[in-house]
Amino acid sequence: MPLITLSSPHSAKPTKISTVMGTVLLCMIPGFIALTVFFSYGYLINLALAVVTALLLEAGSLALRKRPIKFFITDLSVVVTAALLAASLPPFAPWWITVVGTATAVLFGKHIFGGMGQNPFNPAMLAYALLLVSFPVQMTTNWPVVDVYVSIGDTLRAIFAGNVVDGWVGATPLDYYKLNLATQTADEILASSLFNGWLPAGWVWVSLAWLAGGLVLIWRRIITWHLPVSMIATLALLSLVFGIDSDSFTPASIHLLAGATMLGAFFIITDPVSCATSNRGKLVFGAGVGVLTYVIRTWGNYPDAIAFATLLMNFAAPFIDHYTKPRTYGHTKAHKGHK
Amino acid sequence: MNAIAKQVWALPGGIHPPENKHQSTASAIAEPFIPTELVLPLSQHIGSPSKVVVAVGDAVLKGQLLAECQGNVSAAVHAPTSGVISAIENRAIPHASGMSAMAIVLKPDGKDQWRERQPWQNWRDMPRDDIFARIAAAGVIGLGGAGFPTATKLGFDPERINTLVLNGTECEPYITADDMIMRERADEIIAGAQIMADLLQVERVLIGIEDNKPEAIAAMQAAIPDSLAARFIIKTFATKYPSGGEKQLIWILTGQEVPSGRIPADLGIVCQNVGTAAALYRAVVQDEPLISRITTVTGDAVGQLGNREVLIGTPMNELLEAHNVDWQKADRLVMGGPMMGVALADAKVPVIKTTNCLLLPTRKELPLAGPEMPCIRCGHCEQACPAGLLPQQMLFYAKNKELERLEQQNLFDCIECGACAYVCPSDIPLVQYYRFGKGEIRREQAEHEKSERAKARFEARQARLEAEKAEKEAKRQARAEAARKAAEAKKKEGSAAPAAIAKATSKVAAQSGPIDIAALEKAVASAQAKVDQAIVKLNEAKETDPGNLPAYERALGKFEEKLAKAKTALTEGKAKADDPVERAKRQAAAKAAGVGPSVADLEKKVATQRQRLQKIAEKLKAAQDNGDDTSAIEKGMQATQARLNKAQAELDKAKAEQAPADDVGAKAIAAAKEAAAKRAAGIGPSADELRGKVAKQQERLAKIEQKLADAQAAGEDVSAIEKGRDATAKRLEKMQAELAQLEE
Ligand code: SF4
Ligand code: SF4
Repeated sequence: MPLITLSSPHSAKPTKISTVMGTVLLCMIPGFIALTVFFSYGYLINLALAVVTALLLEAGSLALRKRPIKFFITDLSVVVTAALLAASLPPFAPWWITVVGTATAVLFGKHIFGGMGQNPFNPAMLAYALLLVSFPVQMTTNWPVVDVYVSIGDTLRAIFAGNVVDGWVGATPLDYYKLNLATQTADEILASSLFNGWLPAGWVWVSLAWLAGGLVLIWRRIITWHLPVSMIATLALLSLVFGIDSDSFTPASIHLLAGATMLGAFFIITDPVSCATSNRGKLVFGAGVGVLTYVIRTWGNYPDAIAFATLLMNFAAPFIDHYTKPRTYGHTKAHKGHK
Repeated sequence: MNAIAKQVWALPGGIHPPENKHQSTASAIAEPFIPTELVLPLSQHIGSPSKVVVAVGDAVLKGQLLAECQGNVSAAVHAPTSGVISAIENRAIPHASGMSAMAIVLKPDGKDQWRERQPWQNWRDMPRDDIFARIAAAGVIGLGGAGFPTATKLGFDPERINTLVLNGTECEPYITADDMIMRERADEIIAGAQIMADLLQVERVLIGIEDNKPEAIAAMQAAIPDSLAARFIIKTFATKYPSGGEKQLIWILTGQEVPSGRIPADLGIVCQNVGTAAALYRAVVQDEPLISRITTVTGDAVGQLGNREVLIGTPMNELLEAHNVDWQKADRLVMGGPMMGVALADAKVPVIKTTNCLLLPTRKELPLAGPEMPCIRCGHCEQACPAGLLPQQMLFYAKNKELERLEQQNLFDCIECGACAYVCPSDIPLVQYYRFGKGEIRREQAEHEKSERAKARFEARQARLEAEKAEKEAKRQARAEAARKAAEAKKKEGSAAPAAIAKATSKVAAQSGPIDIAALEKAVASAQAKVDQAIVKLNEAKETDPGNLPAYERALGKFEEKLAKAKTALTEGKAKADDPVERAKRQAAAKAAGVGPSVADLEKKVATQRQRLQKIAEKLKAAQDNGDDTSAIEKGMQATQARLNKAQAELDKAKAEQAPADDVGAKAIAAAKEAAAKRAAGIGPSADELRGKVAKQQERLAKIEQKLADAQAAGEDVSAIEKGRDATAKRLEKMQAELAQLEE
């Protein structure tokens, strides 16, 4: 065999992009199971819809941009984007919401910036935010209630024909708590069927499922602890400090376990492309998301805030990178260069 | 027994690639064997190549000096076994580009007979200078991979150095050469380290070993005598790549960082590899120069994995055959480890002093990197970088050729360890980009320097032109001055003659170009006077004519400019006046200007006298024929003859005087003419002459070769040198052919 002469290093870690993305997908399984078990088949249907749409559009975009289709599509990144979107959309949202959302994510979130690795924003969250702004009704009213479990046939009808029965859907716990604070005390709110005295059980299980998947990601060294920990810690701190007065502010437990916090902390803000890169930068980035999430959730008009908080911090990522540059060995201080 | 210090500083970043070390540590270090030939490149180290001191055909003994140090940073080469020098020629060397370089080829005679050795068991009693000389002559260099001459590293002022770091880290996967030498020759290492510590007069010797080498740690620990236990401290630390990088190890052991662009000695630290210490011991105490080293032969394509003591210069293919390499299975031949090693295209190259490992992996064992995917900014590279760099950022700038930004990212602090490329999930060959970037930046700097030089040259030329202009101006002024004076003189004395003379003189002075310093000085003085006058006028005008001040100022400016020009002309003129060539020219000019008769004039004179003499002789003959009185004619003839003689003598003298002013080239031309004449006459140079010439030419050629090698090593443009070499070689060939013909 003729000898091959390539320059060093001659060995590489077997972890490739597809391994990274594949692991992320595997770690999302518990979350999707919990969503399906505790809420609705709608999540699975949305997932299928989003993945198919995403793959088709990815292939189309790559063909248009004259890039090798199989090579890039098998990196699975677009599947992760689709799954994140499907996990974030309301399960009874009409089918076109999912399709439009996925299209936005793939086309405007990713390829318009030059494809893989070039997007400044998290594609799934960009799509989510655009949907929320453009179709506020469909995006805020299609959340399932815990006490009614809709059959798969009815779910399909709801998604594809718009047959949503009023009793199936309601507000998310975060929304519900905030909306009722004006008229009720904390105890009265928690006594409602949604909270069942303490926390909405289904939501908690889902959060724990995301948390479990996230811990596996850290264990497999796909992500580092910096982002999730700093985001959760910041959010917890703020909601604890303000939440002492639970008659005026949502308590920390609901912030952490009854919303998209865990999904966001482990799966969304950890999107490598659009977050800060250094460890210190990641701490700053996570804390920023935590603060913004709390602010938007508490004083803003949207039911959940992960998407906006993430996008805002995406904006800030280049600056964070600039100011958290590590110090090079043998230099007394980090050399920032000019901008 | 000496304790193991655990206090270390954690290496930031780093990776944990599969170690793959156990395969080659199962057996003891194998004995060296004598190959069919030994190829010893003259440049196995960092620094200038060594200088050959043997000739083809020489019989040499084991350990005999073959090539000596040349320059401050260099290392000698010795015969690894006894035999005959069969060639001194260009041979392929182990290098990524497959290049070749000058090497001494030794044909072993199989006797393996040592030269006379003088062991120094009592090395401690030997004078420091003698020990030093022995080290410098032994060709010991850093065996860890870099190949820096050890003598140079030990030559630091002891005042400056306080710590000797002994590197037994060996963090690269697969390589176990240092591990095995520590297990088997710990005593030699410690003794060598002791010699180093004594030379550097350090009180502290830190020995760094990764914790994946428990046997080595135990052996080293046992080898440190109680008397040294306080000074020699073994530090073990977690296995992580690249802990063994010099800068990284210094951080781990001392918590100090070598400032960017500096060397460890600036921190008072000298770092040596354990293998180097053992080699140093053999060199100093046993008087055995560096003629062999321990090399790991490993990888799935190798049948018999392990370490071997290999004679320097052993062809790799012979070594690999000895280890039953399956060439069908081998995918690559890597000299060094999988992280930083060099992949070689051919095994027909010698093992050199820095060859610590030969790795022959199968494709399955070390798969090739996949096609490069886009960077997803995952930051894994940044997490892995031990130098605190931003690999993904550097990649971005390298790809976009933003060299300035790239440099600002501290590219030159990158140690090319490859940790970033190892972890990159996108299979981006990051290190290649950095090497490219470094090359580009260096090239740009070189180009910049070149253009700076060109600029300086241009400016110098401009200045010269200016000066010439100023000089002309000064001459013009001098002429005008002279003319004016002459006119005045004419007016005063009413005589035309002196004026004419003055005019003629000034003309001659101006045209024939001898530098009239006096005139120049006068020009300066008059310009100065004018400036002074202008200043006075300006001052007056300030009171009397304030409205016209700008005009006065302008006038002053003009005069000042003239003064400056005159001054430059004067300095230039003075400088020229001191120039021997100018002096000669001046003399010639002076002669031409009539100070002394010119050669041409004298020649004419001689010719006229000859003609006259001939005429007189004719007259005399006619008179004699006629029977007239010839005494008057004879007298005239004598007088003419005397005049001719005088003129002739004068001419000879003038010619002799003129000669030194002539170009040296004239002599060469004359010599060449003579030679040509000889050749034309069929005489031709003698065989002896030719032989001398051939020898000289050979010398010249060798010098050029040397220069070429230096230039190549320095990475300079060698095309010009190569051309010169070719021309010289051709000339030499011709001469040799001539000589051969002659000798036939
Ligand atoms: S490891 Fe590779 S893909 Fe990840 S940031 Fe670094 S260069 Fe980009
Ligand atoms: S090769 Fe350079 S940039 Fe990459 S990890 Fe090593 S030092 Fe850092």
